[in-house]
Parts: sequence; structure tokens; C-alpha cells
Amino acid sequence: MTDKFQNYNFAYLDEQTKRMIRRSLLKAIAIPGYQVPFASREMPMPYGWGTGGVQLTAACLTPGDKIKVIDQGADDTTNAVSIRKFFEKTAGIKTTFKTNQADIIQTRHRIPEEPLVDGQIIVFQVPIPEPLRFLEPRESETRKMHALSEYGLMHVKLYEDISIHGHISTSYAYPVKVEGRYVMDPSPIPKFDNPKLSKSAALQLFGAGREQRIYALPPYTSVTSLDFEDFPFSRLRAQGNCALCGATESYLDEIITNDKGTRSYICSDTDYCNSRTELGHLGNGLDEVES
Amino acid sequence: MSPILEVEGLEKKYGNQAGCLDINLVLYPGEVLGVVGESGSGKSTMLNCISGQLLPEKGTVKFNSPSKGLVDIWSISNADQRFLARKEWAFVHQNPRDGLRMDISAGGNIGERLMSIGNRHYGQIRKAAEEWMERIELNAERIDHRPTTFSGGMQQRLQIARSLVTNPPLIFMDEPTGGLDVSVQARLLDLIRQLVHDLGLATILVTHDLAVIRMLADRILVMQKGRIVESGLADQVLDDPQHPYSQLLVTSVLRV
Amino acid sequence: MIFEVKNLTKEFQIHNQMNVNIKVFSNLSFSVKAGECVGIKGPSGTGKSTLMRMLYGNYLASSGSIIICEKELVGAEPKDILELRRFKLGYVSQFLRVLPRVSTFRLVSESAIRAGVSSEEAEQKTAELLSLLRISENLWDLSPLTFSGGEQQRINIARGFIYQYPALLLDEPTASLDRENRETVVNFIETAKANNVAIIGIFHDETVSSRLCDWHLNTETFLMSSDKG
Repeated sequence: MTDKFQNYNFAYLDEQTKRMIRRSLLKAIAIPGYQVPFASREMPMPYGWGTGGVQLTAACLTPGDKIKVIDQGADDTTNAVSIRKFFEKTAGIKTTFKTNQADIIQTRHRIPEEPLVDGQIIVFQVPIPEPLRFLEPRESETRKMHALSEYGLMHVKLYEDISIHGHISTSYAYPVKVEGRYVMDPSPIPKFDNPKLSKSAALQLFGAGREQRIYALPPYTSVTSLDFEDFPFSRLRAQGNCALCGATESYLDEIITNDKGTRSYICSDTDYCNSRTELGHLGNGLDEVES
Repeated sequence: MSPILEVEGLEKKYGNQAGCLDINLVLYPGEVLGVVGESGSGKSTMLNCISGQLLPEKGTVKFNSPSKGLVDIWSISNADQRFLARKEWAFVHQNPRDGLRMDISAGGNIGERLMSIGNRHYGQIRKAAEEWMERIELNAERIDHRPTTFSGGMQQRLQIARSLVTNPPLIFMDEPTGGLDVSVQARLLDLIRQLVHDLGLATILVTHDLAVIRMLADRILVMQKGRIVESGLADQVLDDPQHPYSQLLVTSVLRV
Repeated sequence: MIFEVKNLTKEFQIHNQMNVNIKVFSNLSFSVKAGECVGIKGPSGTGKSTLMRMLYGNYLASSGSIIICEKELVGAEPKDILELRRFKLGYVSQFLRVLPRVSTFRLVSESAIRAGVSSEEAEQKTAELLSLLRISENLWDLSPLTFSGGEQQRINIARGFIYQYPALLLDEPTASLDRENRETVVNFIETAKANNVAIIGIFHDETVSSRLCDWHLNTETFLMSSDKG
């Protein structure tokens, strides 16, 4: 045992807690899309900073694993860096930026562009696990609605969207139906990512620390986004290509490059973008200011 | 013709207080059954037990469901009962705010039951909502307006449309005209009468207003202290009441 | 026989005012055949209206039997009485009890439509009847609640005659009418008789009564008297 984690158990949580979380995970995997309550622990970061995701990752980690942590698709943003450091310090495991080399990927608000494979686990950070929460504030009612499969209200919300905006205006945290049974909030990923949830080869786990809920999608689960027959689900992607790597199919971030408001688009998934530029794909470059 | 509803030995108490006791009734398709009695007579308790909202302590409520055949609504699963309550019977509350979602548009309110039984075509749902609004004499152009922008009488009509959109064969009404202005009441009663007739709705209508009962009901039950004290043809019970309490009720009504 | 009454007895028990018991009549028996018209005569308060209402199912019988078009009314289920009223038994009463919003035209045509007549035919007949009864066309779309007594009476009559019920009860059908309209109504009744309708009526007017009725029921004794010999 090295000095690095002599004050911490492996991955910070004690073994009893990990066992409790794993039990909840097993239940969640057995009932895809169903929210399993769990005894969320106090973590050394405040609520709203990924405590749910961190607990799930901690419970799944084994010493030989490699983890990747992304926030809005990027490995190098503050939160991703902090969480990666947390696991380096408390578990001593290896980390990577490469999607295809990670055993566990913890993510906030995006799914990597590169398809995940058998054996990988992706852990989502979830703020509000209940998709019906904003329509029905009572937990007693929403539990009944899930138990009895009463999801009319969810469609009423989509109906209202169309009647006000002419289309379904929900653009992230777009509700989905799992295996034709439970309606689930896929966490605030852009609806662009929703199709990746369905029939993924990876195990997908969702953790909400403050709300104390876990849910899961075992590999190859069918997930459909809610919609109307005459207003089918459509992905939303900015019109443009990545200025750095030229990608035409990835989810793009819009960045403002100068004081005049000139915009460029770049891939939100930094690993995807870098892998492409390494292979020689190039975009048109960021728009420069004209003096 | 077989009955659409058969209630036997229904009982619900509140501690030692009788809610409703020893209730037996049979309702045929297309019949309008009025239930009268003063406050505390047990009529609302009885209505809530029969419509699946309050669990009775004794008795059976058999409903001839178009989809499930003859079922005792308290013996089937909660999920099945709630499905029937969404699709095969309707409940109109005295206060329309109890039967509407005030923060959803009129169209959304009317369309909700359709969506909850699986209708997934926005255009069709909207069209059905527009047709119902015309039927209840609301301007269909107000389909996207919230119920909070409607008057009490309009809200009540909206509640009726919302509950009838799935074409249930049975409707329960608890003082549907209570609290409305007299002219508004007249309009609503006429609408109810037409809908009941056009759609062949079996109806149980609870009210303390005898004039409403005379206008709408085929049969009447008179309730006192939780029990049915008299039952019969509507005009007969009102014109030739037999039970002392029925006689008291009928003679107490002030005439205009 | 269209109407068959056997051993009919009526007693009112008024519970709330010192438990008064009012005996109206007992063991009344009579029958009326198709095409016959029977008048009920007698001083007021002796049970004429009571008998009429019992024949319509509006008042309960204390005991005995009333068979109309081969259906027993006493002890019948409400839905069976309603069916009888819809298809077989018409009633022209003295009172008009209607919802405030329903138009005169609709009130009259409804009775026929509910008996199964097509709406085109019902509407055509309604127009004919209302014209014959001299109800001016500009009143047809209005609710009759604000009309005069005579006009309301004529609307009641229209409702009773729009459909040919095999059995008909008439409670003072000519009471508030002027001579012309009275004549019209008497013609209606004569036509109905010729069409084999069985009629029981209370006729205030002596001449009308003797013209229409084949025999009378006298309430003072509830004896049957045959006026026409």
C-alpha cells in the first residue's frame, strides 16, 4: 500500500457502502429504467457536482481499471479534471482521454461519439432523476404513475410544446421509454445523443446523489424517445462542420472567437476531434478576426 | 338488456359514523339515476365508492365493462381500475378545478385521456379536442387557452368534454351545476341532457337540487343518514313520495 | 282491451303533518278498448287527477292492477314504465315543465323522435300541428315558458298528438282554449278515436265531454255511467 491512498479505502468509499450501491445497481439493471432508491453518501464535493456519478464509479472500480472522465464532452474542463484527480488519489488507477481505452467512463451531459463496446461501463451524472417531476411535483403521485405505467401526462407535455412552439421544443433531457415499459430521464444529454442509448453494447448506469436514485440500462436494451406519429423524434444538430477536424456527423459546440461575435463550431467530444486530426482530417480552421 | 352497473350491499363508515350503508342499486345503459338527499346523507360517499375513488368496507360494485366484461371494480388490480376510470367511465366534479389541469391548455385537457390510452397522433388528438369544444359550445379557437381564462360555466363544460372524450358508457356527476349562476345552470343542464341522450350515457347524478333531478333523471334514489329510503321513477317520487323524509324534501322546496 | 284496471285502491299517507291518511278510492275496476273514449267526471278534489296520474305511473297504486297495452303498470320497473310512455302511452297534462332553453319546436318534435320517428318526418308533423293549433311561426324557436296559458296548453296538446300512441290520457285538454282552438282539439281527438286510440280524459266542458265520450266514470261514486245509452 503506497502513501497515496493510505488514509482512504480503495476509491474512497468503504466496502459496506460499495456493497450497498452494487446491490442497488443489480436491482436497477434487472429493471431497466426503474429508479432504485439508495443511501447516497456524503462525498467530498457538494451536491450538484456529480456525487451520484462518483459513487457509482467508485462502486464499480477495480484496481486494474482505466477511467475516462468527461464534462460536456471534454476531458480538460474543470470538473472532469477534478474528478479524475479524485480517483487517481483515492484509487491509484490509470486514467485516459481515449474512449476506446477506458473501462469506465464517467460523464456529465454527453455520450462520446465513438460507439462503446462490450465490457465498457458508462456512468451518467443525473441532477433530477424523475422525468415527470416538473409536471407532477408529488413523489407519491409519480411513483404511482410509474408503477401503473400511466404516462399520459408526459405526452400532454409534448402536446403542449407543439401547440405553443409548433414542434417538440425539449432539446436535452429528452424523455425516453425503456423496453416499452418505464419512462426515464436520460440525464441532461442533448437529444442528439438519445439514439446512442438504445442497444448499446456497454452497460449504462445513472446516478443522482442528491435525489438518492440509481437507474440503469443493461447492454442491448431498446430505448425509444417519446414523440407523436405526426411529429416524430428528430435529432438536433447545428448546421456546420467542425472547424478543427472537419467532422460532419458529431455534436458541435458553438464558440465565439472574437469581440465581434464571429462564431465557429467545434466537436464537443474532444477525444473524437483529436483522434480525427491525428489521422489527418482537418477542418476549415477557426474564423479569425478581421482588423 | 343487462345492467351496466350493479351495486350490492355497499357500505362505508367513518369510524362510527355511517358514510353509506346497505346500498343496493342497478343501473341500465342509457338510464339517468338521480340521487338526492341533504348534506350528510351519504350520497357523495356512495358516489365515490361506486366510481373507484373511495374503498368501501363491504359490498360489491359490478361494472359491465365494454373491454373486460362484468367485473367487480374493487376486485381487479389498481392498474385495471384506473384504466377503466380513464376510459370507460367519467366523473364530473362539482368544482371544475378538481377535474381539470389548470396549467394545461383546453386542448391538452381534453386530449389527455386520449393520450393516456395510447393515442399518439397529435393532429388527430387536436381535431378530437376541437370537435368536443364545438360540441360543448366553446369557441374552438380557444383550444390553446388555459382553463384559468374561462368562466366557471365554461370550465364545467370543459370538464365534461375532458371526461367524455373516450366515449365512456357511464358517467358520474357530483353536483355539476352547484355554484353556477342560474342562466349558466340552464345551459349546462340542457347540454347534459343532450349529451346523455345522444351518447346513450348511463348516468348517476348526485345533487340536492330537486329541480335538476326532475329535468334530468329517469329514476331517483332518496338518501337519508347513509341509507336509501326511497327509490322509484323520478316524477313518481317527486309527485307522490311515500317515505316521510322524501315527503319532507319535496315539500320543503320553495317555488318561484 | 287497451286499459284494464282491476280493484285499484289509492290512499295517501302524509307523514309529516300529524300522519294524515287520505283515502281516495278503493276497488275500482274498469276497462277501455281501442277507439273508445272515457270521461272522468266529478267535483274537484274527488280524485280525477289522481286517477289520471296513476294511469300514467306518476302516482303509485296502493293496491290493485293497471294493465295498459298488456303491460302491468303497478309494481313495474321504472325503465318499463318509461318505455311504455315513450311508445305506447301519451299524456296531455295541464302543466308545462321544461328546461328554459329548449325551443317550442324541439319540445314537440322530440316526443316523436324518441318514439322512433325520423327527424324529417317529426319536423314536418311538428310544423303541421303547430300551424293547425295556431301557434305563430315566430314563436317556434322560443322557449314556451313565457307563453300564455292557452299557448302552453296547445303546445302540450301538440306533444301529445304528434305521435300516434295507442293509449292517450288527456287532463283538461280544452280548459284554457278559445272556441276555435277548442274545435281543433276536439277534431284531433275524434280523429284519434277513429284511428283506434283508446282515450281517457278529464273534460271540463259538458258539450265537449258528451260529444267525445262513449261513457263516463263518476268519481263521486266511481260508478260507471253510460251517457250515450
